[in-house]
Amino acid sequence: MDGGKKKSGSSNVVKYNKWGYIFLLPFMIVYAVFQLIPFVSTIYYSFFENYRSGLKQIGPNFIGMENYATLLSNADIWKYTENTFVMWILGFIPQIIVSLLLAAWFSDPSLRIKGQRFFKTVIYLPNLIMAAAFAMLFFTLFADSGPINSMLMQAGLISEPYKFMSNTGSARMLVGFMNFLMWFGNTTILLLAGMMGIDTSLFEAAEVDGATSNQIFWRITMPLLRPIFVFVLITSLIGGLQMFDVPQILTAGEGAPDRTTMTLIMFLNKHLFNKNYGMSGALSVILLIVTGILSFAVYKFTSNQND
Amino acid sequence: MDSRRLKRGSSVTTRRIIAYIVLIFVTVLCLFWFYVLFINATRSHSDLTRGFTLIPGGYALANWKSLMGSTQPVLSGMRNSLIIAISAAVLSTYFSTMTAYAIHAYEFKIKNAMFTFILAVMMIPTQVVALGFINLMGRMKLMDTFVPLIIPAIAAPATFFYMKQYMESALPMALLEAARIDGSGEFRTFNSIVLPLMKPAIAVQAIFAFVASWNNYFTPALVLTTDKKKTLPILIAQLRSADFLKFDMGQVYMMIAFSIFPVIIVYLILSKHIVGGVAVGAVKG
Amino acid sequence: MKKKIVSIMLTAAMTATLLAGCGGAAADTAAPAAADAAAPADEAAPADEAAPADEAAPADEAAPADDAAAADSAADTATASDEGKVLNIQCWNEEFKSRVTDHYPGYEADASDPNSGKIGDVTVKWIITPTDDNAYQNHLDEILPTNESAAADDKVDIFLVEADYALKYVNADPAVAMSMDDLGIAAADISDQYKYTQDIVTDTNGKLRGLSWQACSAGLIYNRDIAKEVLGTEEPEEVQEKVKDWATFNKTAEDLKKAGYFVESTVNDSYRVYSNNVSKPWVDGTTVQIDPNIEKWVEDSKALVDAKETNTYDLWSDDWNKGFYPEGKVFAYFGPAWLINFCMAADTEGSVANAGRWGLCVGPQSFYWGGTWICGATGTDNPTLVKDIMLTMTTDKAVLREIVEKDSDCVNSPSLLGELAADTSFGNKILGGQNPYKQLADGAEKVDMSKISDYDQGCNESFQAAMKDYFEGKVDYDKAVANFQTAVKEKYPELSF
Repeated sequence: MDGGKKKSGSSNVVKYNKWGYIFLLPFMIVYAVFQLIPFVSTIYYSFFENYRSGLKQIGPNFIGMENYATLLSNADIWKYTENTFVMWILGFIPQIIVSLLLAAWFSDPSLRIKGQRFFKTVIYLPNLIMAAAFAMLFFTLFADSGPINSMLMQAGLISEPYKFMSNTGSARMLVGFMNFLMWFGNTTILLLAGMMGIDTSLFEAAEVDGATSNQIFWRITMPLLRPIFVFVLITSLIGGLQMFDVPQILTAGEGAPDRTTMTLIMFLNKHLFNKNYGMSGALSVILLIVTGILSFAVYKFTSNQND
Repeated sequence: MDSRRLKRGSSVTTRRIIAYIVLIFVTVLCLFWFYVLFINATRSHSDLTRGFTLIPGGYALANWKSLMGSTQPVLSGMRNSLIIAISAAVLSTYFSTMTAYAIHAYEFKIKNAMFTFILAVMMIPTQVVALGFINLMGRMKLMDTFVPLIIPAIAAPATFFYMKQYMESALPMALLEAARIDGSGEFRTFNSIVLPLMKPAIAVQAIFAFVASWNNYFTPALVLTTDKKKTLPILIAQLRSADFLKFDMGQVYMMIAFSIFPVIIVYLILSKHIVGGVAVGAVKG
Repeated sequence: MKKKIVSIMLTAAMTATLLAGCGGAAADTAAPAAADAAAPADEAAPADEAAPADEAAPADEAAPADDAAAADSAADTATASDEGKVLNIQCWNEEFKSRVTDHYPGYEADASDPNSGKIGDVTVKWIITPTDDNAYQNHLDEILPTNESAAADDKVDIFLVEADYALKYVNADPAVAMSMDDLGIAAADISDQYKYTQDIVTDTNGKLRGLSWQACSAGLIYNRDIAKEVLGTEEPEEVQEKVKDWATFNKTAEDLKKAGYFVESTVNDSYRVYSNNVSKPWVDGTTVQIDPNIEKWVEDSKALVDAKETNTYDLWSDDWNKGFYPEGKVFAYFGPAWLINFCMAADTEGSVANAGRWGLCVGPQSFYWGGTWICGATGTDNPTLVKDIMLTMTTDKAVLREIVEKDSDCVNSPSLLGELAADTSFGNKILGGQNPYKQLADGAEKVDMSKISDYDQGCNESFQAAMKDYFEGKVDYDKAVANFQTAVKEKYPELSF
């Protein structure tokens, strides 16, 4: 009876199969037009000398791999890669630590944290704030004569304004800090959902065996959280590679000081903005390859550890 | 036995106290900036140059008026941002559900290939195709219109993936069969049976899609050039450039507040559904 | 392998799915709200909100123009009504807009939209693109070459340019700015203007392609209270003695420092003074060169910064303009007339300008800064109106006098400046009643714009940004120069060093 029903069901599905294509169509068309064609033409452009000089258009002239050679032989691109990573790490490390801690507390039944809804609402809040507005806010707050400096001076902690935007360390810290603020709530909620999903009988068994909460956390919770960890790591890494809004607005696109807060996408934006299509094409392709390699490497690394 | 319990109890209390202290610290860390923003938006420029205070000033209305009177088209910016973000959220969730439904409910030749393909392209950052995208939009005469910011939302691999996963647990095939037996067309089935069942997933993804579009700065900044068409993030970024506003910082803070606080209010109203659902959903799962 | 990725994604997505939990209600409220918000927005969208204002307006100014026909501008306005209905003006700030609003006869501002107005039945649209990072130029580069084929209401009719990049548009081939001949403006109409203001917008074939209402000679604008306290005088002639050359200027900076004041708000204040007195342009052919006088700016500025006698703020930043208020403790800004009246917060209570406590003297070297040129765009569908705006705003002596009186601009008319300089009753409120026109008129005669190139804005901007790191001790000079070169290459791939 059951088997028969299943069979008739699948034959029905065959009859309706063309609807599968029809429902896929909008996605396919839009994807092809707005992503695939641009993707191919981006690669195509990367082999040409093609830019705007004032009112005149130079090129397109085919120059093979020259754009790539120019980009890769210059130390700048490596520097921007390093900047991007340093700022990503400055945001990611505190983010993962704080998120783990908060998620562990929220999910720990023995702590019975009150006002969880309130805290979750608050920590998730910065994620919804327009990065542009947030960066602009920080720029005004941390300006040489902005409120933060005047607060520090009123409190007597410093005698003259600290130039947050003029020091590599503090400028990068600010970017990292803002990324941390914007994303730790999201990570906490992801990790928390993962922790809540763990079978509670595991904890009970461990407790009966006399395990401390520390042991439970490191021996049971953490290994079971690994998949979510990998997800958080990969998405954060790709998000980090795309870092743009915050440093762009904080430094007005200059990546000051000494281009030490210039990220790869800011660099790309500079070429795009100045209509240097050849260079931006080559840079896009390099970025794409880097993204692919990174996702793969992170995945490989974490899954090997697992085995 | 007794002493052990006592020790355990006190350690829980200590841990609880630490937890609360850290939580309060983190809360302050999150809210402090918005408090400063609020204070500063209510003070006049010359007050602001004299340092920071914890008490709001009386210039909120004056700052608001000067913002409205300035050449920064903030109202149209807000309107543009709303139009784009809402349209993108609607299109993205509707069509992602449709795409997911195609993969979920039907058997056809390229199904698995398509699924793998969509998963693979999920990782491509939108910025790396920006060059080709902008050029194509130029050729299609779509530059400086909202189309390039709205229509691409139809193809949202991440939303698709989420919907697909949700369907596995929430959309029994038997229900669809029943609908077919009742003579419902496929398209109608999708609209009147599938969509309502997907509501919880659609709600969450609509919010995410809205926020992503609302906050987007990179693409709109390359596409939109006319003042009246610019979205809020572009207008905010323009504050960094010199010629605007004649340096009235009260007005600058008011403008940042204007672009931040509406979202905060909407969020606080909906937060029960956004964040509150987490625990309940997790318990269910 | 693939399977593993998928399985991880699945797990993660499942987790995410959990978030979905009880979000059902949110969708209900969100969706109708979406529809509601979108609909009224659509209704409000069209730009033609000006309609009611238009009907009310013609009575007083535009109407007489139609029948009178005697006056020049009247005839023009009448003809203009046969031309395009929309006059698009490309600019980078509100300066010209406020000049036209205040002084062009028949201009009606639109109360509901600060960026549009009416002249007769022609709608005027102001399209503002900020200058920074070449954004304004990139915008012009994109639209001007195709202006002739643009839709009538989208055609650029007037665009404004600055000295830093005027040559690029003046010498463009094919031309993007209309020549005076094409516009029908005769040499006699524009004889009472400073020669340099015409030289700068004259192409290599000797055709004039733009006009300005300003003579942008500049000087040192000092805070009278600080001058009195530290230098013992607030009189322009005596203060000038303390800043008459760079050596004296730097020495005065030490005295100011001892009293707790900054000689200038930022090193970038004096940049223009040095860069205007260079011996060669930024770009020769396609080679970028750094002039010795620019190097001297770096050297002098580094010394000032190291001695904490000034700062490294960006021009126009909030930090920079603190000195507009007494709390900022800034002795002087370098700037032209438009800086004084347009930028120094004169209408803000508590500012130095509001109290009328600025003074003006020549400073260490004479220089110019900025100035705005009006160009008629090739392809305009309102040539008559364009011509009339250009002539009225730059040659009509009554209008120019109004501009002087209302905005204290330094106008482009030697004869009018001469009259003003001689008028002892004339005083500028912001400058504590000082009559600045003698100095400004003298300065305007000395302006030399022969060392400009197409690339000045990009070079100036990038050079100052790159040197900031050097002044603050983050990098050495060579590294700063290298950063400058990188930035220039990004903006202008065709240039080399």
